Amino acid sequence: MSDNKEYKFSDETLATAQRIIRRYPEGKEKSALIPLLHLAQAEFDGWLSPGAMDCVSALLKIQPIEAYEVASFYSMFNLKPVGKCVIEVCRTSSCWLLGAEDIVRHIEKKLNIHVGETTTDGMFTLKTVECLGSCGTAPMLQCGGDYYENLTFDKVDNLLEKMKSEGKRRVYTKDDMINI
Amino acid sequence: MGRKLLLENDHIEGIRKLDVYRKHGGYSSLEKALKTMTPEQVVEEVKASGLRGRGGAGFPTGMKWSFIAKPAGVPRYVVCNADESEPGTFKDRYLMERIPHLLIEGMIASSFALGARTSFIYIRGEYFYVARILEQAIAEAYEAGLLGKNIMNSGFDHDCYVQVGAGAYICGEETALIESLEGKRGNPRIKPPFPAVAGLYGCPTVVNNVETIAAVVPIIKDGGAAYASIGVGKSTGTKLISASGHINKPGVYEIELGVPVEEFIYSEQYCGGIRNGKKLKAVVAGGSSVPILPADLILKTAAGESRLMTYESLADGGFASGTMLGSGGFIVMDEDTSIVKNLWNFTRFYHHESCGQCSPCREGTGWMEKILHKILDGNGTLADVDLLWDIQSKIEGKTICPLGDAASWPVASAIRHFRSEFEEYVRNGKSIKDVKHYFRLHQVAEA
Ligand SMILES: Cc1cc2nc3c(=O)[nH]c(=O)nc-3n(C[C@H](O)[C@H](O)[C@H](O)COP(=O)(O)O)c2cc1C
Ligand code: FES
Repeated sequence: MSDNKEYKFSDETLATAQRIIRRYPEGKEKSALIPLLHLAQAEFDGWLSPGAMDCVSALLKIQPIEAYEVASFYSMFNLKPVGKCVIEVCRTSSCWLLGAEDIVRHIEKKLNIHVGETTTDGMFTLKTVECLGSCGTAPMLQCGGDYYENLTFDKVDNLLEKMKSEGKRRVYTKDDMINI
Repeated sequence: MGRKLLLENDHIEGIRKLDVYRKHGGYSSLEKALKTMTPEQVVEEVKASGLRGRGGAGFPTGMKWSFIAKPAGVPRYVVCNADESEPGTFKDRYLMERIPHLLIEGMIASSFALGARTSFIYIRGEYFYVARILEQAIAEAYEAGLLGKNIMNSGFDHDCYVQVGAGAYICGEETALIESLEGKRGNPRIKPPFPAVAGLYGCPTVVNNVETIAAVVPIIKDGGAAYASIGVGKSTGTKLISASGHINKPGVYEIELGVPVEEFIYSEQYCGGIRNGKKLKAVVAGGSSVPILPADLILKTAAGESRLMTYESLADGGFASGTMLGSGGFIVMDEDTSIVKNLWNFTRFYHHESCGQCSPCREGTGWMEKILHKILDGNGTLADVDLLWDIQSKIEGKTICPLGDAASWPVASAIRHFRSEFEEYVRNGKSIKDVKHYFRLHQVAEA
């Protein structure tokens, strides 16, 4: 199951992956699966295509299905292409009490997309997610590993504009993954 | 008043760094344990402290530690539960972000007590930047000889790793966490066997919350008896409370167990009262899973006594009129809050997060969400409210892990204490707000 693209970790990422694999006892290397899927998602455009997952399962010498079944269980893994900036707004308890609903509505209008969609220029994907442990600074959103808290419409506007003008993909970078 | 044992130094500049942490007494507990105590003595101090698990269930930590199996030649593991996904809870994040070395010191000391050569800190994937902070702290600790071989010349070897999750509330349940750490889906295991006998890789394992492990540091420093002298009855020591919702001063507060709830909500030292001069309507005192209580019952027990922030006082009256301390996720709601909408939000959460192994939870949470949707939409009947009650009663206690209970209790308590609001929606649902749009906002955006 693969598209035409070649899915191969860079030497640097491969070294990181191998460092991670080594910390588990012999025979228990599958423990590295989630960290490696994160690495793959960061390396291959912010989502896990079948090819990207195959690359990980080959490294861990497991069946591809083992990688798919894990990837599909966890909400942080994107199984479809996403925009460069994935905006994840918390929709749970305290954030909801303090206006998460209005924040989502505002972003929808601003980006002219609905929750779950990606802007036509491929810049933004809007998602809603469950409590991110930032309830004391609600409402909040996360993008590419960064937390943005105590949100107001102004703050959101500035943030979206900044992201758009920078135009770069926001995922936690491979540098962040050195040991993780 | 208000002694602090964990967050005493959290505002000191640079406390995240090893040298500053050590300058303020950091790693002296570890040194004391390694150089002057046996592992058994550390376990005894933890027992004497009366410390109870801070992850939600409140199980006595010393007792849990004494259950760990010690078959010869089999490695043991200590796993720190830093999954922190219970809605309303953000204390572990605060602690790890501010004073990462407190957790690392606790991990090494706990591992010494339990004879674990290796430990893991399993942290939710969304806390990525916190994982990096921990990684940096661990690297400093290795460099200073506090991790690795022959720590502080004691002959004790230990390695500690950070493992990131990838977004799943269920991975906070200890056996699901272990599955996830083994590289699998987070499906809870049937117990027994308990992790203390067969946990990570089938080896004896202790899983403890971040705050629990951090509390081991002051317990070693001043002794279990000193820790036990703080608090009320079986609620000893201090507790981190994550306060959020409609209050003036949300945040993480370290309280001595036993502070009156009323003082916690209204005093300037803590939450500073309700926002915008509104009245208090309800509180979810221990994370989204615990029963919601209306203002009168959270401030005073059914017998009219002042309710205290302790395991026992919050539970006073059982589920008829009490609740639980849980994870300490204290969510405050003002008079304008719709209990029915809030419940729908919680129920949607549990439906989304059910791992799907057990039919009562997988199906029941979905049914409850749908019925609440129908009621909010103005299409509900009074029989639907009874149906909700019936469904929750058929999930509770009938699942492999307590997620089923966690999904049931909010429903049962909301109906018990706020039935009239459900009836109001049954009569007037459609006119209440543009709920259609609201639901769409919550569509699961699984990419
Ligand atoms: C659905 C579910 C979610 C849980 N989430 C967490 C969590 O995020 N953090 C935590 O420490 N414990 C959580 N727990 C409790 C753990 O199973 C376990 O009791 C705890 O980690 C033990 O540590 P303690 O004794 O130090 O509290 C959860 C339990 C359930 C059933
Ligand atoms: S409710 Fe939004 S971060 Fe907790």
